Amino acid sequence: MIIAQQKPIKDIAAMVSDCRKVALIGCAGCVTVCLSGGEKETEILASAMRMMRRLEGKPLETVTFTATRQCDPEYVDALEGLVKDVDAVISLACGVGVQYLAERFDKWVVPALNTNFIGGSRVHGVWEEKCGLCGDCILHKTGGICPIIRCSKSILNGPCGGSQYGKCEISKDVDCAWQLIYDRMKKLGRLDKLMEIQPAKDWSTSRDGGPRRAVREDVMIG
Amino acid sequence: MSHYSKLHKILDSGQFAVTAEIGPPKHASAHGIRHHAHMLKNHVDATNITDCQTAIVRMSSIASGVHILDCGIEPIVQMTCRDRNRIAMQSDLLGAYSLGMRNVLCLSGDHQKFGNHPTSKNVYDVDSMQLIYLLRRMRDEKKFFSGEEIKEHEPRFFIGAVANPFADPFEYRVDRLEKKVEAGAEFIQTQCIFDMERFERFMEMVRARGIDQRVYILAGITPLKGWRAAKYLQTGVSGMLVPDSLVNRLKNAQDQKREGIEVAIEQIKYIRENVKGVHGVHIMAIAWEEVVPEIVERTGLFPRPKADLE
Repeated sequence: MIIAQQKPIKDIAAMVSDCRKVALIGCAGCVTVCLSGGEKETEILASAMRMMRRLEGKPLETVTFTATRQCDPEYVDALEGLVKDVDAVISLACGVGVQYLAERFDKWVVPALNTNFIGGSRVHGVWEEKCGLCGDCILHKTGGICPIIRCSKSILNGPCGGSQYGKCEISKDVDCAWQLIYDRMKKLGRLDKLMEIQPAKDWSTSRDGGPRRAVREDVMIG
Repeated sequence: MSHYSKLHKILDSGQFAVTAEIGPPKHASAHGIRHHAHMLKNHVDATNITDCQTAIVRMSSIASGVHILDCGIEPIVQMTCRDRNRIAMQSDLLGAYSLGMRNVLCLSGDHQKFGNHPTSKNVYDVDSMQLIYLLRRMRDEKKFFSGEEIKEHEPRFFIGAVANPFADPFEYRVDRLEKKVEAGAEFIQTQCIFDMERFERFMEMVRARGIDQRVYILAGITPLKGWRAAKYLQTGVSGMLVPDSLVNRLKNAQDQKREGIEVAIEQIKYIRENVKGVHGVHIMAIAWEEVVPEIVERTGLFPRPKADLE
């Protein structure tokens, strides 16, 4: 899922400091699961912002709603009535949701979250980045551990000389992805695979190729 | 056989090579590096020119290489994968060759987190293994990294790489060295050796697989200025192994700098006499270039052989 975290409230407030009425739109997708932009967080943020503005002597009126998904026009369309008379829309979705709202409504739309990465939850309250979205998966070559995103240098023929005691040179809190890959390949009896020189990657399937689009004609309607 | 560089010729002749390192300045004057080049020119076969080491902005390694060459030393241009994509790398390689550079050392590069621009973006379009391979292909098959033909004047570098016997996983370090040789590395410079026992174990594995017969290995030696420097490398730099005995030896010395030089001399002598499969030394006197001539002289490595390219 997409992992996002809320911006500091003063930063969000600054983006709408000249507004009298705002809509706060949560998202019931990934950001609900990672506890940053679901219904609960939307209500708490709205209430905190109202309090903040009251203390400043500039009361703020808020309306709130949590969409099923902000990354789907079907659910975005349904917000039309809600955002009609607001000065700004605060989206508590990932960057995709913010853009879908901005595209759909002629309103000042601002992000309440920082979209961090795609990953999973290790334990409650801890999320980890796992995929670099390179568009050409090589996990079958690396024992199911992604060096593109988990190696701080995205090395495909690692580990570099900075790997020590299982940790990356950037921090003792970061596992060396290539140590993990080595350990796993060893356990699976496939160390010989690591002797193959992995060629320079074709990054054109990654963001370097420009904005990407995925099309499935078999499921398109009309 | 024709040689790609003077360093190549010396190594190929079976003589024990000596290389050193010159760190480019954090300013736009070549005065300091030229001074160091003049100081070292009779005592080394070539000098590495670091490429923004520890991710600190410094004069470019290729530009510095031009100054070094002008002072009479053959440069080994270091190229990291951190700061350039494959377009910029090749462009710089073509330029470097046109300016007389003949040796390139391929490295991953320290993460930018350690430098003076920790908020920058890193590149790593290709990694060091791929850079070695692509450089060899440029030379031997006359192809750009993309595979497109280089119609004429392909750069013909003597290709170097690094090996760190002190990083983990230890048992994979020899595999990775072999992989670099397969990719096209012709000479190897190791990380600074302080833990001789580990280096000897590493070399044993290297010899057992005959890798020392396929690539020239230069042992990395760093004279330490004192016990604090030793302690810093021991605790603050990932991929370094510094034994406590060395820290204590420096700590107990009356003149720590002198002791640091003595240690380096002992290490070189020990390696030459006892560690088979080593073809030279690479002396990395970090911000202490002036001690290199004494070390070279006192290890019996002076004078250096004459090796003009045909």
